[in-house]
Amino acid sequence: MSPDATMIIARGLTKRFEDRVAVAGIDIDVRAGEIFGFLGPNGAGKSSTMRMIGCVSPPSGGTLRILGMDAHREGPAIRARLGVVPQEDQLDWELTVRENLLVYARYFGISRSVARRRADELLEFVQLADRANEKVDALSGGMRRRLTIARALVNEPRIVLLDEPTTGLDPQARHLVWERLFRLKQRGVTLVLTTHYMDEAEQLCDRLVVMDGGSIVAEGSPRELLERYCTREVVELRFGLDAPLAELADKVTDLAERVEVLPDRLLLYVPDGDTTLPALHDRNLTPTSVLVRRGTLEDVFLHLTGRTLVD
Amino acid sequence: MSHPAFGALNYWFVQYRRTWRSSLFSTLIVPTFYLAGIGIGVGGYIDDDYAGVGYLAYLAPGLLAVSAVQTAVGEASWPVYGAIKFNKQYLPMLASPLRVIDIVLGHLGFILFQIVFSVLVFFLTMLLFGVPQSGWAPLAIVAGALTGMAVATPVYAAAANAKSDDTFTVLNRFGVIPMTLFSGVFFPVEQLPALIQPLAWASPLWHGTELARVWTLGMDSALFVPLHVAYLLVWAVVGFYLARTVLTRRLVV
Amino acid sequence: MWVSRIATGSGAVLERNYMVHRRGLIAFLSGFCEPVFFLFSLGMGMGALVGHITLPDGRVVEYAVFVAPAMLAVSAMNGAVAECVFNVYSKLKYMKLYDAVLNTPVTPMGIVLGEIAWALLRGGIYGAAFLALMALMGLTPSAWAFLALPGVVLIGWTFAALSMAGTTFIRSWQDYDVVATLSFLMFMFSATFTPLETYPEWVQLLIQATPLYHGVTLLRGLTTGAVSFGLLIHVAYLIAVAVVSLIVTAYRMGRALQR
Repeated sequence: MSPDATMIIARGLTKRFEDRVAVAGIDIDVRAGEIFGFLGPNGAGKSSTMRMIGCVSPPSGGTLRILGMDAHREGPAIRARLGVVPQEDQLDWELTVRENLLVYARYFGISRSVARRRADELLEFVQLADRANEKVDALSGGMRRRLTIARALVNEPRIVLLDEPTTGLDPQARHLVWERLFRLKQRGVTLVLTTHYMDEAEQLCDRLVVMDGGSIVAEGSPRELLERYCTREVVELRFGLDAPLAELADKVTDLAERVEVLPDRLLLYVPDGDTTLPALHDRNLTPTSVLVRRGTLEDVFLHLTGRTLVD
Repeated sequence: MSHPAFGALNYWFVQYRRTWRSSLFSTLIVPTFYLAGIGIGVGGYIDDDYAGVGYLAYLAPGLLAVSAVQTAVGEASWPVYGAIKFNKQYLPMLASPLRVIDIVLGHLGFILFQIVFSVLVFFLTMLLFGVPQSGWAPLAIVAGALTGMAVATPVYAAAANAKSDDTFTVLNRFGVIPMTLFSGVFFPVEQLPALIQPLAWASPLWHGTELARVWTLGMDSALFVPLHVAYLLVWAVVGFYLARTVLTRRLVV
Repeated sequence: MWVSRIATGSGAVLERNYMVHRRGLIAFLSGFCEPVFFLFSLGMGMGALVGHITLPDGRVVEYAVFVAPAMLAVSAMNGAVAECVFNVYSKLKYMKLYDAVLNTPVTPMGIVLGEIAWALLRGGIYGAAFLALMALMGLTPSAWAFLALPGVVLIGWTFAALSMAGTTFIRSWQDYDVVATLSFLMFMFSATFTPLETYPEWVQLLIQATPLYHGVTLLRGLTTGAVSFGLLIHVAYLIAVAVVSLIVTAYRMGRALQR
């Protein structure tokens, strides 16, 4: 397979459960060697998509080809070359750290001697070598996550699927995970991940799709998404309690590409915040506080998927 | 204001309201079939006048005590272990004004309720089979409750102390099963080798069986009743203090 | 292809269980004490009360000789149920062990067969010890008793498969009670403690429908030496239950795991 080959192709991929549609016909192309991200609020269909790509959940419609094989008919053969880091670690509590890797390798039919060698290498890679003989209970959340990543690599997969790889980890642990994932990419492994951390998406992803209600609402590199759906800067204006924000917003619409009214403040999407401030002053608007910041992926995300809580 | 342990007790009852149906089936039918299967079935091959009352009547009070022990072990093992390890029901209780002793009392109160319930069902089954032969017979329920608590409190302590479920495997194999088989429920302790007999006498189930038998059948060995009662109480009380000590060590760290 | 895949998968599942239980050696060894207690209480206690009992072929034997093979069959049943209902359900539901396994090439059927193989391995070891003890205590008057060991494995297989099928129907741990009650009823009434003829005719029909009855009768025939071609009926029944259960399991386990 050539290096720029498409690792995952989905066309009209659909997942229906009895009472609802989780994934409503999406198209995806994941290229070899890239880090591809699924962004979206809870219930957007990210995990269902990941489970279908992982060949543990049969699609209800559409086509899904992974590594050139049909996901529905050739599940075991595809799974043999995938690594999966599930949302819940699903580690084996009754085994030690090292045994978790040994046993998992055996599920792939890897010989005991190769399994032992890889287990030791991988424990080094995720910095758990000194914990090899402890039970999983004794590990911290970050360590369990790293062990789960090591477990996903035991079959030397071409593609690694990571469902919310750093949810619930402290900043140190997150950065360590990111750094290890980046090394995998350098080794040519294709990574597909879901997240609802925008910084994670910005740090890691070459390309990403934003999902909402089972559909893809935007697609591109983080930079492209920023350019398309956000401005370079955002001005946040707060006024006193009970200020008529909607009326105030009318007075500034022409100053910004877009104005958003939040319960406690106005957001002005502008190319350059510093030129906006004098204009506000000219109109006798006196906010109690002003914050000029860069536009982020979070702005893009909230713009695309809305600010209402989904669950 | 009521004792704080009632708060903990209440928790278990609230949960019980959702799940009681699931154990009702076995609580109701197991005693009947036990008595029919062994008492009448096997009893049919045993001398009609066994022990002067027939095998069914000899066996039934012992099985009542066994049923108390089984409920006690069942309710004081996994649910306690789970409450510490998986479901973490004790931690929020401890975050309220409840003390460890209240938590233990509350949970044991609930276990007592279940023991009494299963013993009561067993007693009614005995009535159905026409076993009771004495006006004192309803006291067999007390005998069952005492036997159950004598076993429940030490098992509670063991469960609170357990690091893995191997504890229960060992407890069952070396505690519950031999105790059930050799405590004079199915055949008199005197049939055992002399060396082993003292072990049987030490088991709470033997005392519970004797009590239940004396009260159900109105036998003349009533002299020992206070001794049996006292012995069972000692187990229950010592077990309770052990349970409290162990649970304190597990929860208050 | 799929055969070797299932073999790899079930082999790995078996290996995993071995790895876990290697550490619980004491708990494993303690399992050998159970038959000692049971046989002891039979021989010493109940046996003395009941005395002798007449076998279907008219021979009169000690009660312990009559009941011991039944206890052997019951222990094979209990071992398989414990492993394939309680342990498997907790791995399925609480430990989420199989979710991780299914991300590998291992298929649901590979898991099922691996767990059953493990149950048979354990059951076979315990069964052999039980049988050896029976022989030592003089409870196996016939040399055919040797064949009781494969018989035990067969009973284990039947109940392991039946348990697996049952596990796919369990909704929560509260259903354990139903499983426990059903095994108790079989334990009590599968001609275990008294001959089948003790019961009214309509109850006999019910009893003859239970797999444990066929297991008990098979083992009793072998250990007491009442061997005839009729025993093959029991073998056939046990195999039939196992096969039907496996088909049900194959159909349902995949759905339970790969939604």
